[in-house]
Amino acid sequence: MDCCPTGAALDIATRDGGAARAGAAARAGAFEHAARDLRPGERLVQFIAPAMHCGACVSTLERGLRRAPGVLSARANLTAKRLALTYDPARAKAADLAAAVEALGYAVHPADDAAATEAAEAAEARDLLTRMGVAGFAAMNVMLLSVSVWSGAEAATRDLMHWISAMIVLPVVLYAGRPFFVSALAGLRAGRLNMDAPISLAVILAAALSLSETMRGGPEAFFDACAMLLFLLLVGRYLDRLMRARARSAAAGLMRLQPKGAMVIGADGPAWAPLEDIAPGARVLVAAGERLAVDGVVESGASDLDVSHLTGESAPQATGPGATVHAGALNLSGPLTLRATAVGQASSLGEIAALMAEAESAKSRVARLADQAATIYAPVVHLAALATFLGWMWLGLDAREAGFIAIAVLIITCPCALGLAAPMAQATAAGALFRLGVMLKDGAALERLARVRHVVFDKTGTLTAGRPRLRAPQASPQALAAAAALAGVSRHPLSQALAVWARGAGVRAASAQDVAEHPGLGVEGMIGGRRARLGGAAWAGAADDGAAREASAVWLRLGEDPPVAFLFDDAPRPGAAETVAALQGAGLSVEVLSGDRPGPVAALAALLGVAQWRAQADPQAKIARVSALSAMGGALMVGDGVNDAPALAAATVSMAPASAADIGRAAADMVFMGEDLRVVAQAQALAVRTRAVILQNFAIAAGYNCIAVPLAVSGHASPLVAAIAMSSSSIVVVANALRLRVAARPRDAQRAGRPLTEAAA
Amino acid sequence: MTNLLILIPAALALGGLGLAAFLWSLRTGQYDDLDGAAERILHEDDED
Repeated sequence: MDCCPTGAALDIATRDGGAARAGAAARAGAFEHAARDLRPGERLVQFIAPAMHCGACVSTLERGLRRAPGVLSARANLTAKRLALTYDPARAKAADLAAAVEALGYAVHPADDAAATEAAEAAEARDLLTRMGVAGFAAMNVMLLSVSVWSGAEAATRDLMHWISAMIVLPVVLYAGRPFFVSALAGLRAGRLNMDAPISLAVILAAALSLSETMRGGPEAFFDACAMLLFLLLVGRYLDRLMRARARSAAAGLMRLQPKGAMVIGADGPAWAPLEDIAPGARVLVAAGERLAVDGVVESGASDLDVSHLTGESAPQATGPGATVHAGALNLSGPLTLRATAVGQASSLGEIAALMAEAESAKSRVARLADQAATIYAPVVHLAALATFLGWMWLGLDAREAGFIAIAVLIITCPCALGLAAPMAQATAAGALFRLGVMLKDGAALERLARVRHVVFDKTGTLTAGRPRLRAPQASPQALAAAAALAGVSRHPLSQALAVWARGAGVRAASAQDVAEHPGLGVEGMIGGRRARLGGAAWAGAADDGAAREASAVWLRLGEDPPVAFLFDDAPRPGAAETVAALQGAGLSVEVLSGDRPGPVAALAALLGVAQWRAQADPQAKIARVSALSAMGGALMVGDGVNDAPALAAATVSMAPASAADIGRAAADMVFMGEDLRVVAQAQALAVRTRAVILQNFAIAAGYNCIAVPLAVSGHASPLVAAIAMSSSSIVVVANALRLRVAARPRDAQRAGRPLTEAAA
Repeated sequence: MTNLLILIPAALALGGLGLAAFLWSLRTGQYDDLDGAAERILHEDDED
């Protein structure tokens, strides 16, 4: 495992021939689409570079790009895996810059449409942070003034302190409290009491009460409590938002890899057109290495299609004129001209998206723990305050004094610790997950993950790496050398796997002349004066025997020798067996649900120790199974393909590897980086611990109320008591949440040791 | 009392200074790429 990618890994941009030119033009169109003018002579383009993941990557990219012609500035953002380049449009085009980045060894994708919504979100987060800063400033300064009141300031001095506090706090309440007031009002309009209702009420009443006390020169004012409440609650709110936004920006970046257009052959030659401008009947050119953007019928050309994202079937399908092809398939070996039959919503990809949207809306939205707590908490608190007021009136106090005590109850019960309890635990857990390489879309997913009883895995690309691996071949050294020579020139995944194996096993490729790749068939060349062919059974002149049916195979024919078969397995991901064992050990039921043939599925299930498996499951079957399991105690779906996407959306909670199809990543609640599947079990264990910590935090907050409320109801809640109770309970809750961070460390160490053993293997 | 007349404005001004510094760092995007900033310190090649 290299830290950073190398230039050798890059593909289509540098390939020659007509097909690659068409592909390059399509890419240029997409990149130009993503760029926008900043001012005359300066254009900005943003790229997503998913492989950027360390400081060395940042400096390689920035240094390399600043030297590229036409580049005015280059800035890499490691958190969002994003590159912002400004350039002189007279000297460079967006596609040139993309090529320059690829020359440095990083695959890039244009980042366009979602950039605007992301900017809006960033502005919103910044706004929240500003309010938090202002509230923090007010809390600190008012606390300073309050200390002098508590330590015995009298008469005029005390009034002065109160007046200064009032002048600081009143505008701050209006400004920093706005998010809570807005949300509480929205809740009330919808007929609900959310957590923001008691917060807003407590803050407003505390400010009003303190102001009236100040005006009469009274001894007790709660200005410090107002400011501190707002500050602590804004911290909780910001954490909540930060956690969601961080994962979303990375996931959204990956989502944008979907083809947004295609090369359409018009009256004046092929030109790139955005997807919405392509009508059925249009002729579309698809270069080798590109993903099909439309459903269609092949008019000319022959190629192999990788349809694994669509069907889960790992073996590529040969295709030629007259064949029906589906959007989302990856064109592997030769250029194809299609007549589009269905575009966008009507395409097979669109149908799956519709299926997914349906599953998503039907998915029972489990209420979040904090919201559940709020529905009980708010009415109880308000009733307690009302009862206190009536009780003291009945005991003979006047309305002002009874009101003062009732408001003190509201202030002291204001869910400060409660507001921090869940977000703090979730933000800490999300940070721990992020270090494991798992990106979480929202905290609620973590809560749902803690509850699941069943785990469903897809096979191809999830339990397996989705890449074929050569079984130990039984062939003569001569045949191996010939196969290595021919496999080296092809982009077919089986050929590439063969070439990789040959390099690893130290097989020296024979020298071959006149090598040509015949799309959909195989490779042919002259080796040692003999005609050699590598490809499908028919191409090599072999009768397809039973052995090849359960596994993918390529055949080699060297001269008149009998054909030799090379069989391939799809290797399991590292840690797949441990993951299954760990999940089963945690008392969860594990099953495999695949669209692939029964043979490979059964073999893999047996290898990993999974008793329950099902092969040849189409998206509808997957949805049905996953929904059934979700109803029976909750299901975690782990899958990567387009065919998994509806099931991912239907599951209680879902995970997808970063290598998944775009739509799969979009549908999943969590996306994990890297090859290792063990993070699935680690994430599940962490989710269980997070839930425990949140419940502990709620218990702590409740326990604190058990002590503080009787004090307040009996009229002993002075501003000093309120300040101490509020800050101490918040600190305890935050400290408890931080335990999740400590607990996650030993696992990190274990992970850090892993790449070494893998590199050695 | 005269002490207070100096000390309170001084305290507020210092607090305000902190707030202004925070808002400035926020506006100039210093919290946008925390992971990147942590890594950048390890490389001494920044030309600018």
